[in-house]
Amino acid sequence: MASTLPLLSLLPALAIAGWAAFSPSTALADGMPVGEGLDTEELKRLVHQDCGSCHGLTLKGGLGPDIRPETLTHYEPDILETVILDGIPDTPMPPWRPLITQEEAQWIALYLLNGDAQ
Amino acid sequence: MKPFRTALALTLLMTTTALADTKTIATGDLGLVIERAKGSVILIDQSDRAALARIEGLGDLSHASIVYSPDERYAYVFGRDGGLTKVDIVERKIANRVVQGGNSIGGAISDDGKLVAVSNYEPGGVKIFDADTLELVADLPTGSKTIGLVDAPGRKFVFTMWDTGETWIADMSAVKSGGEAEITKIPDMGEYPYDALVTANGRTYITGLFGEDGLTALDLWADNPEPIRVLPNYGRGQEEMPVYKMPHLEGWAHTGAEFVLPAVGHHEVLWIDANSLEETARTKTYGQPVFAMARPDGRQVWVNFAHPLNDTIQVIDSVSKEIVHEFKPGPAVLHMEFTPRGNEIWVSVRDENKVKIYDTHTFELLREIEADSPSGIFFTARAHRTGL
Repeated sequence: MASTLPLLSLLPALAIAGWAAFSPSTALADGMPVGEGLDTEELKRLVHQDCGSCHGLTLKGGLGPDIRPETLTHYEPDILETVILDGIPDTPMPPWRPLITQEEAQWIALYLLNGDAQ
Repeated sequence: MKPFRTALALTLLMTTTALADTKTIATGDLGLVIERAKGSVILIDQSDRAALARIEGLGDLSHASIVYSPDERYAYVFGRDGGLTKVDIVERKIANRVVQGGNSIGGAISDDGKLVAVSNYEPGGVKIFDADTLELVADLPTGSKTIGLVDAPGRKFVFTMWDTGETWIADMSAVKSGGEAEITKIPDMGEYPYDALVTANGRTYITGLFGEDGLTALDLWADNPEPIRVLPNYGRGQEEMPVYKMPHLEGWAHTGAEFVLPAVGHHEVLWIDANSLEETARTKTYGQPVFAMARPDGRQVWVNFAHPLNDTIQVIDSVSKEIVHEFKPGPAVLHMEFTPRGNEIWVSVRDENKVKIYDTHTFELLREIEADSPSGIFFTARAHRTGL
């Protein structure tokens, strides 16, 4: 992971393409690789630092549940994307729609499901 | 980073030599800063405004907190991974470490300094350890994520259940002589209590609620404490905003006659009369407050904010209740700690990897200290404060 970080930040498009190949069934939307043009390092930081406020820095859970890939494996990416964008009413899970785009939410959903998938 | 490491190595060398000469090391102006991602703490010196050493190997320290032994020599660091680490700040090393749970959130030390309690999310409950040996003294499973653990006078710990809205008072006074922990359970504290505090005199325990408006107080001096609703309608009629970070009540502000508390889901802090627990005022703030902390003399309240407005601090004058200063220390201001007399405030700026020190009278930046993703800052003076 650490050794591949510089590559990811230098060549985000290439890295994402490789990552998309890892999970071809979910990573394509409208024929475009998810993550094209996104600042994926910034999104990862958001996941670990800000989602991490409730779900833990390592995402293994806190006040919010465990959201590591092995825990989320039975969820469809679309469902996760909706939860991220709209939250879950009557729970502390807030809607992130005011802060992120749909495309970013889609990327986060796939990231949560697949991890770094190197 | 490199000069710091070199300096650190030198300092460590000199310390080892100094110890051999049994040099006295005073700890009253020292403290620790959590480096959350790295699993380390930095030993800091208030008087020199300097970092003295880094102590590593404390596990996952996201959302970690610290209490101190009465002699201000040992720090008990509560890590997110369930680790309880006893750090010897005189010898600048880990004295002992146990992994006591899977997922924990804060702790407390008893008034006599003999017991250390840890609050756990997973498995939910509180575990109480001998402060000297870290041997388990009592295990109190609650079947719920446990929050708002504080000490109270009379060798007691008070804590609250996130899932069930119940508060327990654990009286540990009989345990000394081989007896059991005596538990008093208070149901109906409210929906989703997210954190709690106890006043410095140990009398009033206040828990903030996420699931409904307002807070719930307990009078711990009462023979049978009953939940007292505080500001049950504070957000009524206003559209609630999404909450991206739960506020903290530790380090809550007591300005003499009033408490100041962060509102949940609103851009304001709430002022409450300390005796009647009635609302006295509100101050509109820049964002959703995370910490609202009073300078020790109570004259000012410093407020930081939730993502994405977490680069800013506002200072409120507690007499006029108006914002008298606003500034941007940098990206991701996570925590603030006043020096015990309140002349300075130390601020952790996580995404700039710095702790910044400000004069609280002139607001001048006095010094910056390098730290890796710093979060909580804890001075040893906390050793002598109930609830900290």
